[in-house]
Amino acid sequence: MNSGSTAPLLSVSGLSHYYGAITGCCGVSFDLWPGEVIGVVGESGSGKTTLLNCISGRMAPTVGKVEFCTRTEGLADIYRMSEAERRMLMRTDWGFVHQNPRDGLRMGVSAGANIGERLMAVGARHYGEIRDTANDWLGKVEFNLDRMDHLPSTFSGGMQQRLQIARNLVTGPRLVFMDEPTGGLDVSVQARLLDLLRELVTDLGLSAIVVTHDLAVARLITQRLMVMRQGEVVETGLTDQVLDDPQHPYSQLLVSSILQV
Amino acid sequence: MSFRSPDPTPEIIVWVENLAKQFVLHNQGAAILEVLRDVSLTLRSGDCLVLNGPSGAGKSSLLRCIYGNYKSDSGRIVVRHNGQPVDMVAATPREVLSVRRQTLGYVSQFLKVIPRVATIDVVAEPLRREGMEAGRARDNAATMLHRLNVPERLWKLAPATFSGGEQQRVNIARGFVSDYPVMLLDEPTSALDATNREEVIALVQEKLAAGAAVIGIFHDEDVRDRLATHLLNMAPLREAA
Repeated sequence: MNSGSTAPLLSVSGLSHYYGAITGCCGVSFDLWPGEVIGVVGESGSGKTTLLNCISGRMAPTVGKVEFCTRTEGLADIYRMSEAERRMLMRTDWGFVHQNPRDGLRMGVSAGANIGERLMAVGARHYGEIRDTANDWLGKVEFNLDRMDHLPSTFSGGMQQRLQIARNLVTGPRLVFMDEPTGGLDVSVQARLLDLLRELVTDLGLSAIVVTHDLAVARLITQRLMVMRQGEVVETGLTDQVLDDPQHPYSQLLVSSILQV
Repeated sequence: MSFRSPDPTPEIIVWVENLAKQFVLHNQGAAILEVLRDVSLTLRSGDCLVLNGPSGAGKSSLLRCIYGNYKSDSGRIVVRHNGQPVDMVAATPREVLSVRRQTLGYVSQFLKVIPRVATIDVVAEPLRREGMEAGRARDNAATMLHRLNVPERLWKLAPATFSGGEQQRVNIARGFVSDYPVMLLDEPTSALDATNREEVIALVQEKLAAGAAVIGIFHDEDVRDRLATHLLNMAPLREAA
């Protein structure tokens, strides 16, 4: 290719995960390139979250390999690294945005501290600089700075979600995993958040893997799509192609089931 | 690249060979809708090929296949991308995206509105995707919006509430703001008044004069007659006997 780099950022091959006799996900392989956003869609129970947990270093797959292009060593199998190396990766190069912001925020400390904490974890020590960076990021996610010293539990769902996103992006990760990032939010807040995510992804050249059951969200922020059903990827392709000309019976069913407003 | 084979002559920038496309509707009794059969065409620099035929003849489907929005069943769609031929039928999604970013522009009939994004940014977005700095991208977008008579007071608003004609002009501005060597135009003038239609004709003529190639659908006969250098007549496919 003339554009982009020559190595994928993340390479997943032959990944399966079983919960005893039950299949979580089965035989998933794909590459994610720098600057690319991939969506994973499918109904509840299709294996989206299992897949996301396996590729984000949170749950070792039963079989298969997840390789990430580290800054120093190139592609490395994340489950063959030491626990310390993997945790470092999760704190620096990766972000994880949970559907429920309570799972991704520290609810007992202020908004500012939620961001400062991530910075300190990667070695920032200067209080003034940490505060400035936190301010800057809260501004980017359109967060009211007067609330910086308040606890997340006093914020609305949309504010909590924006705070969680800022907390994740402040360390300049190269890859962000998102699990239903707009899931529990009302539609006007969703639109605002999606717009923000689109902008951040474009401006920062982020790569992301976004799990969602909302095809409109997928169309807005992803370039490629994987459709999952019963643990298997039944169709992959360019997002607009999969949504406008779905090939697999299940993808066709998904697309045709969207209510038009 | 996924495609290396006979490269006729360098001045041909798009060639389509024996393209076929059908829709299989699995959830509707596996009904099959055949929309394209054995379509072939070539485009050189400066060509404006107009797709001609009644609705249902597959004109928009052909444009969408070329853009990689529809999946073709067989045949080849080769586009010269950075000097290299790329077969859009066989290309990976990543290659298709690269071709769309630099080589292939597409103006659909309707603007796909993005919630909350201001008109000026909707138009500047293709340039931002190419890596242009935000200020310059906005300046270029502004020039294009001026040309298409989209009033400045609307630029900061999201186009969702605009009239059909205004949305169409925003869509055209977005399509023409970048210098694509190949443009696919799906009825870009359908909702425009005479003044704006003239402006679009002028835009297309400038593109062609600068060496681009255009494949378009224009229902307005006057527009078609003034722009077309070639015609491709298409008819709805009958059920195979």
